[in-house]
Formats: sequence, structure tokens, C-alpha cells
Amino acid sequence: MTTEDLVPRVDPEAVPVDNLRVLGRVPDGASRDEAVAHLAEAARLVRRRDIEMVRAAGLGHIGGEFSVIDILVTLYLHAMNISPDQLADPERDRFILSKGHAAAALYSTLAVAGFLPPQDLSTFMQPRSQLNGHPARTKIAAIEASTGPLGHGLPIAVGTAFAGNLDASARRTFVVVGDGELQEGSNWEALMTAGNHRLSHLCVIVDRNRLQQGARVDETNDLEPLADKLAAFGLEVVDVDGHDHGALLDVFAQVPAASGKPTAVIAHTKKGHPISFMSDNVAWHHKVPSAEQMAQALAELETSS
Amino acid sequence: MTTITPPAATLHDCRDAWVATLIELAEADRRIVAVVNDSVGSSKLGPFQARFPDRLVNVGIAEQDMVGVGAGLANGGKVPFVSAAACFLTARAMEQIKVDAAYSQHHMVLVGQSPGMAYGELGPTHHSIEDLAWLRTIPGLTVIVPSDRIETAQAIRWAAGAGTPVFIRVSRMGVPDVMPEGYQFQPGRAVELRSGHDVTIVATGTTVSRALDAATSLEADGVSARVLAMPTIKPLDGEALLAAARETAGIVTVEEALTSGLGGAVAEHLATRHPTRMRFVGVPDTFAPTGSVEWLMDHFGISAAGIAAAAKEVLPPG
Repeated sequence: MTTEDLVPRVDPEAVPVDNLRVLGRVPDGASRDEAVAHLAEAARLVRRRDIEMVRAAGLGHIGGEFSVIDILVTLYLHAMNISPDQLADPERDRFILSKGHAAAALYSTLAVAGFLPPQDLSTFMQPRSQLNGHPARTKIAAIEASTGPLGHGLPIAVGTAFAGNLDASARRTFVVVGDGELQEGSNWEALMTAGNHRLSHLCVIVDRNRLQQGARVDETNDLEPLADKLAAFGLEVVDVDGHDHGALLDVFAQVPAASGKPTAVIAHTKKGHPISFMSDNVAWHHKVPSAEQMAQALAELETSS
Repeated sequence: MTTITPPAATLHDCRDAWVATLIELAEADRRIVAVVNDSVGSSKLGPFQARFPDRLVNVGIAEQDMVGVGAGLANGGKVPFVSAAACFLTARAMEQIKVDAAYSQHHMVLVGQSPGMAYGELGPTHHSIEDLAWLRTIPGLTVIVPSDRIETAQAIRWAAGAGTPVFIRVSRMGVPDVMPEGYQFQPGRAVELRSGHDVTIVATGTTVSRALDAATSLEADGVSARVLAMPTIKPLDGEALLAAARETAGIVTVEEALTSGLGGAVAEHLATRHPTRMRFVGVPDTFAPTGSVEWLMDHFGISAAGIAAAAKEVLPPG
């Protein structure tokens, strides 16, 4: 593969003109209220761009993207010690999106945060785009690990956190797993390792939207009692409203946990949030909105808090 | 003064070279770590663990976790050597090898211990005869099968600085030294261990010494056999293969693996460039019967006699 192969080639007829505003990080010294307002605006921009990308590509996983967006913007615009000009800094915090099918949400967040040129978003899933349907480490500098098949990100995050331990580093590793994804056994192998080695700088975030591709998680192969299971594996478990930016930023600020354990954040979310006809609706796992549905969704986003 | 010549057939367990080299590397480079699946003993990593207890990450019997953790350690700035029985490392963690190592291009070294039929009597569950066929299909992964302790040490040393993911087989079954004095491993390069103009034997790993013995017996029968050691299965040394195809009457591939490993790779390379008479020596499409590795090698004709017989089959009639 040559560098030229990675240059996006866009069919201008197929994609919208890009209109994304780069907000960047919550400014230093912002009050908590100001930070929350900044993150809310970022999340609104990301959701708007996400639905446009899915509509233009005719592909995507909009349900699980809308459930995880508030987590992503809180991490990239506030919680994590990382910036676009320090992507190679060994001491940067790490983020891994194990539920790689929510790639459009990650790409949009990276663009709003300043890690990815907004115009690249228009290439999403176009031929030769860096923006594959699942994130690829070799194509985007800010991606730490290629993901897509479920159950990969958490073991990798454990290794990254382990490296930090060996270096006695303060850097932290955040990984987002889907709740349905926790049916993959590799996650529990990794959780055992994380707990036994007391990887306190690891934060495992479960996007607990309670839906998987075909049905509700509890109708498929239930996870409950999830908090008890995670605690039994040696993690400090915190429940949080995964759409509440203030609650999220408070929780992420607690990593590393005072207990010396890895942190598990069970982020209670809804697939498709906050769009009325998508929210908590299994049909929207990877459905593509019609023009009318997109217009309604964009209108709802303008008025959502 | 008498000169003491060691017996020609002194056999070495390549794991000793592996661990000695790893310790040397780790002394000089604190980024070097080992990752294992309760495989300290089978990887002979006891001395490494004693010297660098913090730098041995034992995830227990959990191969998917092991390879994923290796990728994460690489992301965190380490140079991980992920070492486990080849059968479990490859079959159990294939998707992690594909995605976390190769697709992500994390610099990590996957060390397949006791590969091929080294665990002979334990049976096909513990044989790793599929690994070469599987791994050579994965883009961006270098696949190395050293033929002796010298090459094992050099391949490990090279992999530590490769910058890209590497799989290396480390043989448990004893093998004699076959590489010449001053030999320097080069990735993707075959080594001509014996010149010849009638037929070419392309061998890898534990089979190289058997190929040399076959060439000796062929010479007694008036057949001049070239012997190429092929330590890198991916990328192949296409030039050496093309030269052999042009300059000799045919090619015999030899491996302690399914013949779709090295054999398949060589055949694919030559089929469109210089179609050549070929024979494949290795394990056929079957699960092996019970037996020691030495017995199984003979059973499947991965022996000097079996290789020599295959070589005669590719000679022109008459």
C-alpha cells in the first residue's frame, strides 16, 4: 500500500458538503457548567454529522453510535490527556473503541475534537477512504488499535495499561465495549488479567444500551448481574447515566480509582438516543435513515438538551 | 595434541537458543517483555523470569487475551515476545493474530513453540501442522521457520528490531547445526546450502538437515541436487525459486507441516511465472496417527529417503 492509496477520493455527488465546526477541547479553567455545555454542543454536532455520514454512505451502525457519542466526546474533549499535536507522545492517555462498528461516531468525535480534518468525514466508506467501516490504526493517526471483530479491544487495553504499569506512568487507558460484546469470552479473560494485576489506570466503559444486533441482550444471552460480575473480577464498578456529560466527566476524573483497582464504568445508555423513533429500538442497529427520517432526526437534535 | 571433532549428529533444542537470545536482548533493551499463557516451562523461559520477573506477563491459559495483551504492550511502547505452544497460539488466537498484530501492524513477535509434530504422541490436538498454511495468508505478517539454533537466535534478534509483526517457529525436536559459519539471517532470503543442477530441494525448519542428507544420497545415485533452505515462508524468496525452476528439472518442497504451507506457497509463486515439475513432502490432508515425532516424520516420508524418492520423481524420464 502506498501513501497515495490512502488519499481519499470523493464522489462529490454522493456526499454532503461538510459543515462541521471544530470545537476542540473544553477550555482550561472552564467551570463544570461550561464544560457540560461545551460537551453537549459537541455531542449535538457529532450526532448530526454521524447521521449525515450514515445517510450518505448508505451504511453504518447508527443505533450504537448514538448510544456511545456522549461517552466519546467527554473522553476526547475533556477527560483524556491527549491532543492533536501529541499523538506520538508515549505519555498520552490511550483510547480504544472495542465496539468498532460505531466508527462513524468515533470519526465525527475526532473531527470535532480536532484530531481529523472535517472534510475527511465526507469520504466515510468511499473507495480508498481512510475512514473504513471499522477504525484502522494504519489509516488514522489517532487510532490506537484496529477494531471491528468484537472482544478485541479490552485485551489490547489491558496490555496498554500493563505497559504503563511497567513504566510507572500516570497515563490512563480507556476502552469502550458494547454490552452485547461482553458475550465474547476474550473480554472475561482480559478482565481476569486486569483485576489480578490491579491495573488501576485502566478504565473499562460498558456502553450498556441493552440491545444487540438482533434482539435485547437479556433475551439473547443475559449479562446480569453485570456489576457483581465485574466486581467479582476485581474491578471498581461505577454506574452512570451514559448520556449525562456532567456525570461522565465526574466518573472519568476518578480514574485511577482510589482503591488501586481497574475501574469499570457501566454507562446506561439507549441505542439511537435521543431520536424519538430510534431510541431503544432494536430495528435501528444498522438501519439507514430515509431523507424524511434524517430531516426529523436533525430537527429533534436542534431542540434536544 | 588431538583434535576433538564433535559428532556430526549432535542435536540441539532450538528453545535454548531462543531464551538465551531473548535474555541478551532484554539486558540491552528494557522495552523487551515476554507474554505467555502459563507456558513458562514449555517456552523454557524460567531463566528470563528469574532475571526479569516484572517483564514476564503471564495471562494464564487464555490465548486470545495473550495476543491482545501483546498488541497493547506494543501500543504502550514495549517490544513483546508472545510465546506459547504453536498449536494454541495460532489456532486459538487466529483472529487476534490477523487483526491485533497484522492488520494493526503492531510490532510484536509471536513465538510458536514446539511446532509441527513436536508433541508427537500427544496427538493431532497438540500438533501445529496448519500454522504455516494459515499464517502465510495473512497480509503484513512475516513468517519465519528457522532451521537450527544459529538461525533461531538470529531470527529472534532480527524480529526484535523488525518494527512490524513477526511469527517465528521455535523447534523443540532436536536438530543439528546446518547453517554455515558466519551465516547471517536475512528476512525473505533463501540460503543455498548445496549447489546442484538436476533437481532442487526447498526445505524449511527441521527438515533442512534431512534435505541435506537426501542430497548426499542422491549424489551417490548420480543426481545433483541443489538444497535451498527457506527460512522465511512469507515473504518468499521468489528470485531463488525462479532461478531453481529455470536451472533444474524440478522442485521438491519439504516441511514439518501440511504441504499447503511452504509447498503451497512455492507452487503459487511458480505457477504463473515458471511452471515447474513439483513434489510436496510434508504432512498430507490427514490427522496424524499416534507416534513420536521421529516416527511420524518417517511415516510421512519427511526423511532423507522420502525426500530423495520425491526428487527422483521430478527428474525427466530416462
